[in-house]
Amino acid sequence: MTGRVLMAAAMLFLLAFLASPESFASLFKPFTRNNAPAIYTQTGLMSLTLSHLGLVLLAVIASTLIAVTLAILVTRPSGREFLPLARTVTSVGQTFPPVAVLALAVPVMGFGAGPTLVALFLYGLLPVFENALAGLTGQSPQVQEAARGMGLTPRQRLWQVELPLALPVILTGVRLTAVISLGTATIGSTVAAKTLGELIIAGLLSSNTAFVLQGGMVVGILAVLIYEGFQRLEQLAAARIGQG
Amino acid sequence: MAFRISRTGLLFALIGLAGLALPFVQFKPNRIVPGEGLRLFDALSLPLGWMIGLVLGAVLIAGCLERWPARLRLTVALLSVIAVTLALGAAATQLTPPDNTLARVSPSSGFWLLLLAFALMLADAQSRITLGLPIRLAMLIGAMVLIAVILGSGVLDGVSVMREYAARSDLFAREAAGHLVLAFGSLGLALLIGLPLGVAIYESPAMRRPVLGILNILQTIPSLALFGIMIPIFGWIAANIPGAAQAGVAGIGLFPALVALFLYSLLPVVSNTLTGLIGVNPATREAAAGLGMTRPQILVQVLIPLALPVLLAAIRIVLVQNIGLAVIAGLIGGGGFGTFVFQGLNQTAMDLVLLGALPTIALALVAGIALDLLVEATGGAPKGGQA
Amino acid sequence: MIEIQNLTRIYGTTAVVKDVSLTVETGQIAALVGTSGSGKTTLLRMINRLVEPSAGRVLIDGKDTAEIEPHLLRRQIGYAIQGHGLFPHRTVAQNISTVPRLLGWTQDQHRARVDELLELFQMEPADFRDRMPHELSGGQQQRVGVARALAARPDLLLMDEPFGALDPVIRAKAQQDLRDIQRQLGTTLIIVTHDMEEAVTLGDRIAVMDKGELLQYGPPSEILTTPATSFVSDLIGTGDRPFRLLSLTPVAEIIAEGQAEGAEIPREASLRDALAECLWSGRDRLPVEGGGIVTLDSLRAQAAPTARAAE
Repeated sequence: MTGRVLMAAAMLFLLAFLASPESFASLFKPFTRNNAPAIYTQTGLMSLTLSHLGLVLLAVIASTLIAVTLAILVTRPSGREFLPLARTVTSVGQTFPPVAVLALAVPVMGFGAGPTLVALFLYGLLPVFENALAGLTGQSPQVQEAARGMGLTPRQRLWQVELPLALPVILTGVRLTAVISLGTATIGSTVAAKTLGELIIAGLLSSNTAFVLQGGMVVGILAVLIYEGFQRLEQLAAARIGQG
Repeated sequence: MAFRISRTGLLFALIGLAGLALPFVQFKPNRIVPGEGLRLFDALSLPLGWMIGLVLGAVLIAGCLERWPARLRLTVALLSVIAVTLALGAAATQLTPPDNTLARVSPSSGFWLLLLAFALMLADAQSRITLGLPIRLAMLIGAMVLIAVILGSGVLDGVSVMREYAARSDLFAREAAGHLVLAFGSLGLALLIGLPLGVAIYESPAMRRPVLGILNILQTIPSLALFGIMIPIFGWIAANIPGAAQAGVAGIGLFPALVALFLYSLLPVVSNTLTGLIGVNPATREAAAGLGMTRPQILVQVLIPLALPVLLAAIRIVLVQNIGLAVIAGLIGGGGFGTFVFQGLNQTAMDLVLLGALPTIALALVAGIALDLLVEATGGAPKGGQA
Repeated sequence: MIEIQNLTRIYGTTAVVKDVSLTVETGQIAALVGTSGSGKTTLLRMINRLVEPSAGRVLIDGKDTAEIEPHLLRRQIGYAIQGHGLFPHRTVAQNISTVPRLLGWTQDQHRARVDELLELFQMEPADFRDRMPHELSGGQQQRVGVARALAARPDLLLMDEPFGALDPVIRAKAQQDLRDIQRQLGTTLIIVTHDMEEAVTLGDRIAVMDKGELLQYGPPSEILTTPATSFVSDLIGTGDRPFRLLSLTPVAEIIAEGQAEGAEIPREASLRDALAECLWSGRDRLPVEGGGIVTLDSLRAQAAPTARAAE
């Protein structure tokens, strides 16, 4: 209950701050030096936040779609051949640092939102894929047997049984991906993507801690809200299948 | 059909053949201007390029026609990876005019695809053989030695990344050391503080929620911001606490980055310590108490050894994560390979980016694999006690 | 009528089921008994083609099952397994109506069917319809599992150790209910079990399997009195075989003229119950409800053929 109240308060604070950052100037004034501005005005905070979220949303949707599709493919009889390879690639891929992936995408994509999107997408594939794989392979054999025995076609089994049962685990993967992407997207501003990282980098360049704090705060609150929101979804989905 | 088509082989062949068709290297008159792409066949002198290209193509096609024994595929894939790498070196040497220090030959899409195809073939073959721990450890060490030998032999010296390296080898050694200090130093700090903290919240359950809650929130602050926030904090410490500046504390440099990484590492260490300790069979703990052990003795002699695999798993998470995040230190003057990455991005010199990114990836991979092996080695023994 | 003709299943080089032929008459219960690895489950799963036969065929009312699409075949055949296999993400009603919905029944039809089945299994529809499987007791889950198998009114019901996960008390009740419902609906039932007692209680015919081969197929009394091989007698268990045999026959069949002291026993009580009553109360004859007696001697005589067969 207190958790819910805190979340609501955090969300209200965030919305108020984004709607009218100037009203909070006094809060951030102590972190500035030499009369530097306390609030970043180069680009609107709201527009930076929206473009940050848009980038993350796009990447997460793309990674989820592709990763779940791939997980479905390698768990079908015709794709089983790829399963061991897929597991190895996933575990190796997750040791690749996201920043390095981002940097390596630049020569291919050039500067701007492109490489960030590609890096977020590629990096986001792995947690979703890993979890979808776990969800699709770790199902009760009795339920599968019953589904087959009642005459559900493979397609019906996938849509009506396997995917709904794997949903909580898949959602966990999407949550991990979303939270990682939210943080990594800030680094995208080093390659000129329009994200909240712009605010932080501006702060670093001009030694203005207020900017750094604002950027960190907005991303942090967004991450907490997204984390909690997904966790609630997962609990709902899990409770429905009696695992709550 | 007399032959069965291996679908994985088909995938590798498609990737690899695309690699043969695409430019293998980029030739640039100097490091900034866009270059001209050359395929493997054109990049190497006449008989050599065609020979290597045809052999690699044959391996790829043969790989999808028949199911070879996994060990044979492993060997062939490994040899092919080496061949592709050596071909890159040879192409660079042949293409660069003598005494020309400006021209750059950098690996291009064809090289990366070929490397990917054979690395996938290698991974696929490896995942189908169950090898013992000692053999896998030997393979890891063997791979590191092989890379060292190839780099040391000078065959790759003509490649752009290596030329960037040659231009700043002293700096590279310093940044490498910095990167290691950041990654391992923050891990050490996290263990020093995180282990006792984990034990403390294990002993007093009421503290678990607040402590883990705070660490969770720390984790959500984007790395870039956390690094940034550390700068003024340390600047203030250096300016206001007597002796701090003399001890090397400063707002820029190593300290802010080290502490930021340390803060990120706390959550995995503390929560895994807790999980590991909770996971120990209560009966084992009872038995130890029944034998007359004191609480500290139970902790040190029974609980921690049994929780070791979970602790090692935390160390793996932290180390791999910190090796990656340490790159960001380069942005705030904290040193490490990130220095090259961000310099490269600033100057749009991709070879310099590679000089920072490739060692980082290699370091993370080696750390990840080595610790996986370690977790497996310790995980086998105490399992019986926990079951 | 189900005709299994020379059914064989080979995995690699081992035959899991070897040339099994048997016929189950419409409305009968056939119990497939054997130890684990005997091939009984594989035999059952070849009937609805969850496992494809390597050789041989299965005819249902004269029609070869190989000519029907597997998933369409399975929708005509009820299937219930150990641990019920209920879909954890669907309500009781959704679980039960799975096959009717696959078959395209209207909503009214399958809703009515769900309520009908829940009542048949003594579960109040209004109370149970919208529950999730994890909100049911083990016995209730098992009943929903059987109800689901019966939902589309199949003429044939296959069950694989359906009561395996239940504790003994609930299991006895579940077996009784199944027997009643099967008689009421007239469904042909083939049930796999490792428990000879269950086979004797439920089966009109018992098929004993070992190492993929059908050793004996016949009515329970025949299996108990004249086991075909030593394996069959081992499976029955020599010690309590007489009692199993006695438990098959009701008292009504051996009533003699006469008078006896003490409490009467019902006509439908089994000979086993009568024997127990004699021994407990120390009497050598019992009065039967509605007149007549059973004597200890006649009870002994009934158990005797088994003793001879075992020698």
